[in-house]
Amino acid sequence: MTSSPSAQSVDQTALTTYVLGLGDDALILAQRLGEWITRAPQIEEDIALGNIALDLLGQARTLLSYAGELEGAGRGEDDLAFLRDEREFRNLQLVEIENGDFAVTMARQLIFSAYQFELYKALLTSADTTLSALAAKAVKEVDYHRDHATQWVLRLGDGTAESHDRMQAALNQVWPYVEEIFEGSDTTATLAGIAADPTALRPAWSDYVENVIAEATLTMPTPKWRSRGGRTGYHSENLGHLLPDMQNLHRSHPGATW
Amino acid sequence: MTTPDAPASTSARKGWPLWEVFIRARRGLSHQHVGSLHAPDAAMALRNARDVYTRRGEGVSIWIVPSAAITASSPDEKDPFFDPAMDKAYRHPTFYDVPEGVSHL
Repeated sequence: MTSSPSAQSVDQTALTTYVLGLGDDALILAQRLGEWITRAPQIEEDIALGNIALDLLGQARTLLSYAGELEGAGRGEDDLAFLRDEREFRNLQLVEIENGDFAVTMARQLIFSAYQFELYKALLTSADTTLSALAAKAVKEVDYHRDHATQWVLRLGDGTAESHDRMQAALNQVWPYVEEIFEGSDTTATLAGIAADPTALRPAWSDYVENVIAEATLTMPTPKWRSRGGRTGYHSENLGHLLPDMQNLHRSHPGATW
Repeated sequence: MTTPDAPASTSARKGWPLWEVFIRARRGLSHQHVGSLHAPDAAMALRNARDVYTRRGEGVSIWIVPSAAITASSPDEKDPFFDPAMDKAYRHPTFYDVPEGVSHL
């Protein structure tokens, strides 16, 4: 572990890893939501998912640029997004799982945006001014993402018999990825006052999500396994399929713009 | 949900009724009709309108109205409705002299 004396004894390596993790979450989920474009059930929903994806992409750009700056190796947002391989990504496994049907996407979206809302709320008071400034802007965006997912989970859960069953199946499918979100690590422990302690975000997250699930007449899943390792570069096979899609253009035509 | 559903008779595409969207661009202006969209109910219509019609900072307030709730004049009634107003020039405020220097009349 190296720490730059100019940075008020903040562990730069830990901070880089932390920021990269948050940036990768936003980037990979933006890519997944982008896959819905032209495929959503209605054009109105197509635009809604596109808007959410673009909000996340904006957050990813800020975070990845900042991570590159902290790393100090001359890598910019594009280098980090398009030129890293699977093992170098630090995102939670939750965001890389396939879209599935619309219910799976909404289950993942409810879980993630409710977490991200608590995360950014906590980062509002971070001692790191880049993180607190990003949080101030992003918390409003994510408030809407959470509301959007909530509206759908309520309607699908408390809708027809089929929509109820499929919404329940979607929750069951996505729930094994929940534990990983709230796991503390050496990285977050080192960064007290700067990073948000994931464990501390869980009570408010649980309150919110459990209320939505109850109101939607759904049942809390009890998963038989759990994912782990996304933050240290271990991923499901899903990420391996997503990356070529996301990175191909940049790798074929480095620096392409339009 | 507490928001009202659209009447069942509303024209539907894949079962979703049509809604008319009105947006107020800023305080002091009135809501203007900007278009329509499909949504399963009023609460979702409001959110869809936010996504479809206010992406570029167009508004500060949105109204949603079920399209079926609008009573429109018919093209057949065009003559009795609108023609009688055509030759009544005295209804236009063109017979007043505007004083010099009044800029916001």
